[in-house]
Parts: sequence; structure tokens; C-alpha cells
Amino acid sequence: MTNSIHVELWQVAASLTLVAVAAAISRWQEADLERDIVVATIRSIIQLTLIGYAIKLIFDVDSIWLVLALLAVMVLFGALTARGRAKSVPDAFWPLLLTLAIAAAATLGLVVVLGIFEPTPRYLVPVGGMVIGNSMTASAVALNRLGDEVADSRARIEATLALGATAREAALPIVRRSLRSGMITLVDSTKTTGLIFFPGTMVGMLLAGASPTDAVRLQLILLYSLLGSVAIAGLLATNLAYRNFFTPAQQLREEPE
Amino acid sequence: MLFELRDVWVTRGGRPVLEAFDAGLQAGATAIVGPSGSGKSTLLRLLNRLADPDRGSISYRGEPIADRNPLRLRREVSLVPQLPALLEGTVESNIRFAAGLAGRDPDPARCLRLAGLGAEFAGRDVARLSVGEQQRTMLARSLAQQPEVLLLDEPTSALDHDARDAIERTLGELRRELGISLVLVTHDPEQARRMSESVIRIEAGRAVDGAGR
Repeated sequence: MTNSIHVELWQVAASLTLVAVAAAISRWQEADLERDIVVATIRSIIQLTLIGYAIKLIFDVDSIWLVLALLAVMVLFGALTARGRAKSVPDAFWPLLLTLAIAAAATLGLVVVLGIFEPTPRYLVPVGGMVIGNSMTASAVALNRLGDEVADSRARIEATLALGATAREAALPIVRRSLRSGMITLVDSTKTTGLIFFPGTMVGMLLAGASPTDAVRLQLILLYSLLGSVAIAGLLATNLAYRNFFTPAQQLREEPE
Repeated sequence: MLFELRDVWVTRGGRPVLEAFDAGLQAGATAIVGPSGSGKSTLLRLLNRLADPDRGSISYRGEPIADRNPLRLRREVSLVPQLPALLEGTVESNIRFAAGLAGRDPDPARCLRLAGLGAEFAGRDVARLSVGEQQRTMLARSLAQQPEVLLLDEPTSALDHDARDAIERTLGELRRELGISLVLVTHDPEQARRMSESVIRIEAGRAVDGAGR
């Protein structure tokens, strides 16, 4: 029933106008994001083109091992990217890698076990990509906040440690706030979905000619899966990464120079 | 001997803070005096293992503090930092938190009285207290743990003369009433003289003239 649509290259090129608008706003408002926007655009072109070919290959070969390999690569690059946004967290890479791997495995495992999706490349690749991407964003936001909170709250953390509190007890309030900030965007967008914005999957399905009912149902499944994965990711990232601010003797490490 | 420090070296950010530092602190009240940046606060942090030295040994009641559980040590040797940094919530919730860590029954009214605050402060939000009241709440919170030693980092630096005198009276009463040992960091030699039985002077990370022994 889907009437597959064909997108011309000139149409893609024309959409770059909006990228130019984003860069112009950043420059005008001195948001200092022009370089990031250009890098993001170039990377998106290269990465999506490559992943397009990779997905085609994976669909053709139809091997679960190839799917797992692709998801592992996504987890690796997701962790590297998120680390770049969590620079103030010492050694953030390993907590992030573990976080994304577990969030992806748990979420995909659950949707397969519950019978929501079949364990085939057609479902696992796109859903895995969304799960890892959203988990990466949530982890990066949460750890960025964690780094800021530790820097702002050093005196309070040390004063709490000075009472004989464990690192966990001293960091608990900021771990909670960081987890919250990692999750809040998706929670808010889930609240307003359909009212203020149409989520990507639904838009894609409608554009591709699917029935609105199917588009809505699939979108709901994905939103709920993402909520779960983002919560798992935020929980793991904050609870693994806060430890890196402390020594085994429950001391707050010195701030990096 | 309460604390003994032998050949203690500490660097922070590549800069030496304490160099070949030797000192002995007896039970009672000891003041650590020196100019800003001389290493006084660092020395205090070493005594309850909020930081460890790069080299050298520190003992508490004859036992190396590196061998002690840092959490239990901190509940016994309580540090009150220079700037108040309370947990969000009420005065009472802060006191209960500290008491709970040390496994003590909280008695907020008594702790507040010992720290020179009225019982009516218990329900106050810490964000609405003056700096002096916050400093006293920090003290009350430490007292809730019933420590044996109080490490006080410039306890009156943020206060006016009247508030300073009141805190000094409070600390004197604490010594008499509870028999707690005090280690007081101050840049004010007069305060050191008023409040302590022995004085350790630090200059540029080294102990000078007798080191309190």
C-alpha cells in the first residue's frame, strides 16, 4: 500500500538553505555554533549516505550478525560524540560506551521479547539507530549538566564529604538533577507530540504514503521505546560517571587545570 | 598526641602547598596561623582525609590516618569549612542528615543551642539564613555527629565583630561543656591567642617556630 516516493538530489540541496539560516543566526547572535553546524551538515551527508549503503547491504544479506556489528559501531561513535559534549567529566568515554550498549541492548531486547518487532534487520537497524541516537543525546546532556553541577557545587560536595558521607551520598542531589535534565526534553516532547510537532517517524511514514493509523501506532511504539531507553541511558550515564569525580578514599578530585 | 605530621609534602596544580611539614598537635585547642595561601586550609583537609599528602605520614592518636576508614574518621574528626555549604532544605534536615551518617540520635534543639542558635531555627529554610546563621548551622550539623575533634577553617572570617565574638564564646563553651578538641585555622594571631593553648605558624608551606610542640 506504500507508494514509495522519490527524492531528487536538487531537493536535498535546496534544503541546505535552512542550514544556511541556522549558521547565519548563530553568527548574528554570536552563539559560536557556525563551525559545529557546518561540521554537522557535512557529517550528516557523509554518514547518512554511507549508512544508506550499509543498510542496503545489511537488508540484502539479512544477517543478524551484521546488524549487531552496525549497532556496535553506532554505540562506539555515539559514545565518542557524547564524550565531546561531556568534557568536564573525567574519563567519560567508558561510562558512555557502557551506557549506550546497555540502553540499546535492553530496549531492543525488550521490544523483541514483547513481540512488538521481529528480530530482523528491517526493524532492528532503524529502531536501534533511534534508540542509540536518543540515548546518546540524553547521556550527553545529563553528563554535561553533571560536570557543571560538580563545578558549581564543589564546596557543598566537600562539606558533605567532610561529615563522613560517601561520594554517592554527597553527589546524589546533583546526580538526580543531571538525570532529570537528560530525560526532560524527550518527556516534554512526548507530552506535546501531535499538538505542537509531528515526530520524524510519523512524518516519514505519511510522506512515504502509509496510512495515518499505522503511522500513529508506530510512532507511539517508538516514542515509548525511546522514553525507556533514554531513562536507562540517563540513569546509567550519571550513576557511572559521577564516580570519576571521586577518589577511592571518597575525596573530590582536584579540578583539572 | 592528637595529630602528628612528619615530612608532609602536598602539591596542588603543580604548585607546592606544604613542604617537608612537621608538626604535633596535642588534644585541647590548637590554632594554625599564617598568611593567605600559606597552606593552612590544606593542612586542615589532610587531618580528616578530604585530601591526602603526596608524601609523608600523618597519624591520629598514634595510628596512621591512611589506615583508617576515611568515612569513620570524618565523623570523629569533623571539619567545618570556611564558607557555609549546607544541603538544600531546613536547618533540622541538615542536622538529621549529619546525625544519621554518624549513627547518632538527632537532637536538633540541643545542637542548635550548643551552636548558639534558638530552637526556632530548626524549621527554617537554610537558603533564607544569614551567613552567620549558616555558619552556626554548619557547626550545629557537625555537633550532631558528636565528634571528638572539630576542625574549624576560619570560622569567623565572614562575620562582623559582634558575630565573631559570639562564635568565639560558643566555641569556648563547647570545649568546656563537651571536652571537644579544636583545631582552628585563622589568619588572625589575636584570635589564635584568645582561643587556643598552642599555636602552629605556617609560612609558605612550612611550619615555623616550634610547630606547637
